[in-house]
Amino acid sequence: MKKIAFMLGWMVVPVVLADLHAATVDDLLAQYQRDGAGPFRAEQGQALLNQVNGSGSASEGNSCAACHTTDPRGAGKHVKTGKVIEPLAPAVNRDRLQDADKVEKWFVRNCKGTLGRVCTSQEKGDFLTFLTTLK
Amino acid sequence: MNKMQKRVGIGLLVLSLGGGLVLGVSASDREKNEGKPRADVAPVQNTLYSTECGACHFAYQPGLLPARSWEKLLTGLGEHFGENAEVSPATLTALREYLTGNAADRVDHGRSRKINASILDGEKPIRVTETGYFQKEHRELSPHMREKNSKIGSLSRCEACHTQAAQGSFHEHEVRMPGEGR
Repeated sequence: MKKIAFMLGWMVVPVVLADLHAATVDDLLAQYQRDGAGPFRAEQGQALLNQVNGSGSASEGNSCAACHTTDPRGAGKHVKTGKVIEPLAPAVNRDRLQDADKVEKWFVRNCKGTLGRVCTSQEKGDFLTFLTTLK
Repeated sequence: MNKMQKRVGIGLLVLSLGGGLVLGVSASDREKNEGKPRADVAPVQNTLYSTECGACHFAYQPGLLPARSWEKLLTGLGEHFGENAEVSPATLTALREYLTGNAADRVDHGRSRKINASILDGEKPIRVTETGYFQKEHRELSPHMREKNSKIGSLSRCEACHTQAAQGSFHEHEVRMPGEGR
C-alpha cells in the first residue's frame, strides 16, 4: 500500500512542478500587461534570443544565443568562463521559470550585460512566451 | 539553531577534527589518503554565494583573496569583468559578510596565507591570477598551455585543470591538463 502511495506521489511531482512554472509565468505576464505591454508573441521572443547587439563578437557574448545557443531546449555554455548553462525551456528543464524573483534577476543581469540596457516588459513577455511554447 | 542542526554541526566538527589528525600524522599517511583531497583553502560552504556567483563561474573560495580585494570587487558588480552581476542590497550584504569574513587575510589555511603574503599592503587585486603567489605557481606553464589550449581557455578556470578545485584543494598531483597530460 505504501509502495503504491509512493509511486503515485512521484507521478504527481512533475504535474505540480509544471503547474508551478505555469503559474509563475502567468503572474509575470499579467504584471507586464499591467505595465502596458502585450500581446506577447513567441516569434518576437525568439528574435530577441538571436539578436546581435553592439559591435562585439560572439566570443564576447554579443547575443543571448552566444551563451544559451539558438535552441533553449539544449544546454549552453558561458562564452567567457566555460560554465555549462542548463536549458532555459521548462519543457526540458523543470527547474526553470519557477521563481519570479529569479527570473527578474536574470533579466536584469543579462539584458544589461548583453543589450546594455534593461529589457522592456514587452521583450520579457515575448521571451517568456517563447520559452513556454517550446515543446 | 535547532537540535538537528546542532547534531549535524557537532558530527561535522568531529569528522573534520578526525580527518585533520589522520592527515597530520606523517607523509606516508598522507599518501594513503591520496584521492581524499586536503583542503588548502577552505571550501565554499555558502549556498547564497554558490548560487549567486557560482552560476556563471567557478565559485572562487573567499580564501583566495584578501578582504580588501573582495570589498573592491563587490562595489563594482554592475561592471563585473565586462558583465552585469548586480545583486539585491540584502544579497550584497550577505555576500560581503561571507567573503570578507573568510578572506585570505582572515583565515589560517596554508595557501590563503601564502596568497595574502604575496600581495603588497596597498594592493587590492580583484583577480586571483594577478597575485604574486598565483603567478609564481603557474610560471612553468608554456604560452601554449596558458592561452592556446581551447579546453582550458583561461587561467581563470581553476576547475579546468585542478580536479579538486571545488573542494578547495589545489595540489599539484591533482592537476590534469586537458589534452596535455599532467
